[in-house]
Formats: sequence, structure tokens, C-alpha cells
Amino acid sequence: MEIPRHWRIKSQRYGLVGEVCPHCEIKIFPPRDVCPNCGGEAKEEYIFSGRGEVYSFTSLYDGPAGFEETTPYTVALIKLEEGPVVTAQLTDLGDASVEIGMPVEMVTRRIRSDGDERGMLIYGYKFRPLGLGPR
Amino acid sequence: MREVAVLGIGQTKIDEHWDKSLRLLAGEAILAAMQDAGVERVDSIYVGNMMSGSANFQQHLGAYIADWVGSRFSESLHIEAACSSGAASFRAALMAVASGEVEVAVAAGVEKMTDSPAGEITAQLATAADADWEVDQGISFVALNALVMRRYMHEYGWQKDDFASFSINAHANGAKNPYARFQEPISLKAYQRAPMVADPINVYDASPMGDGAAAAVLVPAEALQRSNAKPIIRVLGSGAATDTIDVQSRRKPVWLTAAELSVKQAYKQAGIGPEDIDLFELHDAFTIMATLSLEAAGFAQPGQGPRLALDGEITPSGRIPIATRGGLKARGHPVGATGMYQIVEVVQQLRQEAGETQVENARIGMAQNIGGSGSNIITHILGI
Ligand SMILES: [Zn+2]
Repeated sequence: MEIPRHWRIKSQRYGLVGEVCPHCEIKIFPPRDVCPNCGGEAKEEYIFSGRGEVYSFTSLYDGPAGFEETTPYTVALIKLEEGPVVTAQLTDLGDASVEIGMPVEMVTRRIRSDGDERGMLIYGYKFRPLGLGPR
Repeated sequence: MREVAVLGIGQTKIDEHWDKSLRLLAGEAILAAMQDAGVERVDSIYVGNMMSGSANFQQHLGAYIADWVGSRFSESLHIEAACSSGAASFRAALMAVASGEVEVAVAAGVEKMTDSPAGEITAQLATAADADWEVDQGISFVALNALVMRRYMHEYGWQKDDFASFSINAHANGAKNPYARFQEPISLKAYQRAPMVADPINVYDASPMGDGAAAAVLVPAEALQRSNAKPIIRVLGSGAATDTIDVQSRRKPVWLTAAELSVKQAYKQAGIGPEDIDLFELHDAFTIMATLSLEAAGFAQPGQGPRLALDGEITPSGRIPIATRGGLKARGHPVGATGMYQIVEVVQQLRQEAGETQVENARIGMAQNIGGSGSNIITHILGI
């Protein structure tokens, strides 16, 4: 894996740092240079609350390379309460069965490793059912 | 712009071609197309391919393939647009000839997937998605489609079995196409028992990998007016559009906006609508994609695509035949070649050369090739 590519998006991975458009006020995640809503320039930082709900989900029994150690796992589209949808794994599910609309919150977890290649561990956001206590 | 015709077609069987290299496969299809067209030299060759750099450690397919087919010194380019690379090469050839700059162009698509282990190919396919915001979260290409399919079922109330007819139709047609990867029909029971890949997608919702190449020769239609050996296959319309590379950023993940836009351009150019289409080679990489393509192209209302399959309207004798030669599901999906297989199959139908899956009186056919999870979509309409 390539180190700079992961390093430069650490504030998004660890803190859900996105943007708010100064022109139309839509919230944007991940950040971009051009607002997807109004086409204006988007540069103002906005930190997302990390709360949202499951928009869709699927379980992977045979994960791609780099994700073997957590297989099987569930990946979801999470609709954040501020509007944007993000792709993330669900975690701390216990016996809970996942459903569309289930309230969830962001937590920081190990996402993948590159095995013996460089010994890198990538941390980032996952989402867990809301109400499990302190994050 | 002048009118363009497809003068020749060629294809290889889709298979695990352990004994054939990337260039051998591409050469087979291109030389067959040139022979079919009766041309000995071409001016330009456009080679659609998604991942030869990682799967075969070979890029720069323009020069690589042109020399191989005896066309050293011709202009030739490698065109990449993920799974829509094939249609992208056809559109490039079309524009080259239509502009008047090129007299004889070859559009080809080739993908050689079995040189890399399956796990690596899965990772390479995922490069069509967003590396930072999708792939690094543990998503695979199947999983992205599973997210769309589950949401679709949730919004419109369909059950898993309601998608079976797409797969059953594709395999029934593939069984009658000698070039198809799979040659056996499947039953509803087999669909219901198929192992899950990423729920709700099972192995019969998903298309298989394979090695293959397909090609066509394009020339100005005016040059053909006097010869009448074969019907003249004209390109009536062409459209292309993009959407976000990631599913998460789409306003409506269960609607293919890029398909709708590209198909509207193609209809407008051709001066026709969905009611005029006799067959539709769509991009059924997954059953949910077949559903969404039918809706975006105006054959079903939003959320009602599965109804067409359940009512038998997608078979060769139905109202809108799809996957008439097996589709991606049974003919196979050698990613960068798929768009050219679709064109070749539409031409077969219009020439009445589609054998047992011939659509009766087929006069206008449409092909639609999807790159990524719906992020690049190219539509062509051909007619006689
Ligand atoms: Zn804005």
C-alpha cells in the first residue's frame, strides 16, 4: 500500500472532516473543490457529528485482499444526519440484525492491514448501532 | 458529420484461454472483422481494454495490437473507461469516421483476465470504484451492486426471486450462442439454491469473468450505397454520459442517471424512442443493472423493471428482448471487451444471423455499456 495516499486523508478518516458550501450551505463529504449541489467553490471546513442511519448494507463472506482478517463483515451506505451518504463497515453488531433505517454512530477502528508488505495498519471510520455507550 | 456503417464484425469465444495471449485474442477478433468486411487495410484502430497494465503487465495497446494485425504505421490508441471501454472504443471509431478524417476504422475490445489469480482480478476490478472512499472501506465491486440492489428491493418491495428471470433468460440464450462462456440453461430452482456472494447478490445474479475479444470495422455509409451483398448496418445514434464514480455520492443510487442521459442523446440522434427498439443488448453485469438499464431507457417505470422479466417480455419473442446472445451473465463479461460483444451481437441480429435466438424482423437494435457502478454509460443504436 501507498503511505502518502492514506496520510493525506487522515482528518476525514479519523474525524469525518468535510465541508459546508458557502454558497448553498449543503454539507459535503468527502470534501471536494466544486460543490456538487450548486457548482460553486467549496472550501469551508465542516465537522460531521458522526450520527446517521443505515441506507443499505451487504455482508461479505469472501473479502477482498487486505480485509481477510475481519471476514466476514458487513459494509453499509450510511446516510449521515447532515445529508451525505458514506460507505463504511458496520462494527460492534453483536447479535443485532441490521436493517435499513437503523440508527448508527461513527467509531474509529482498524480497517485493514497490508500484511507483510510494509507493516501498515490503516485506521478509519466504521459505524456501530447507536446507544452502546461512550465512543 | 457523415453517416457511418458497420461493415464487418468478429469475436472470439469467451473462455479461459490459457493458450492465447492478449494480442492473439485481440488479433483473432480484429482479423475476423476485417475479413468479414472485406478490407485489407485500416486507417485507425481503437482498442478498448480496462486492465491489461495490471492483469497482463502490458499497456500501450495501440501500437501493440496494430502491429500484430498487420497494420503497423496506422494510428492506434488504447482506450480505457473501465467496463465501458468497449463502447468507448466504438464511439471513438464512430466519431473518427463520421468526422471525415478517417475512412476505415476498427473498434476492438479485449480483456485477458486469467493471467492473474482470481483474487487479484477482483482487486483490479475494484479500481473502477473510488479507491479512497469505497475500496479502502472493504468494498468489492459485487458489494457495491449489492448495496444498490438491497436498497432497490427496499424502496420498491421486490423479493429476491423476482430477479431470477433475468438470469434464466440470459442462460437460455447463451446456451444457443457458440461464442458464450456458459452453454447450459438454468432453472429457477438453481437460482434459488445458488450460493450468496454479497447478499442479496448470488452467483446467478453476477456475470462471470473470462478472456475474450470482439471487433467491428466502421466505414462511411455513403461508400456502401451501391453494393448490396449484405444489408447496410447504420449507426443511427450514439450517446455517452458520466455520473459520480462512487455510489455514495449519487442523489438517487437506484437510478442510472448516466444511462438515462446517454440513451436520450442516442434516441434524439436516431429520431426514435423506446417503442422503436426491437432488441436491447444491455449491461447485465448484475441482475439489478439489467433492471436499472431497462428503466433508464424508458422500457419500464422507475421501480418496475423486474415486471418485464417476470412477464416474459425480455425473451427473444417478448416486447423488448435483452441479452439475446446470453448477455454478460451467460455470454460472459471480459470487462473491456464487453461493449464490443454487444455491438457484434446487435449486428448479428440485424443481419438475421442470430440463429436460434434471432429476434423476428429485427430492424433496430440498441447496445448499452456501463462502466463502474453506473459512472460511465455509453449507448449506441444501430439499424438497417
Ligand atoms: Zn453549493
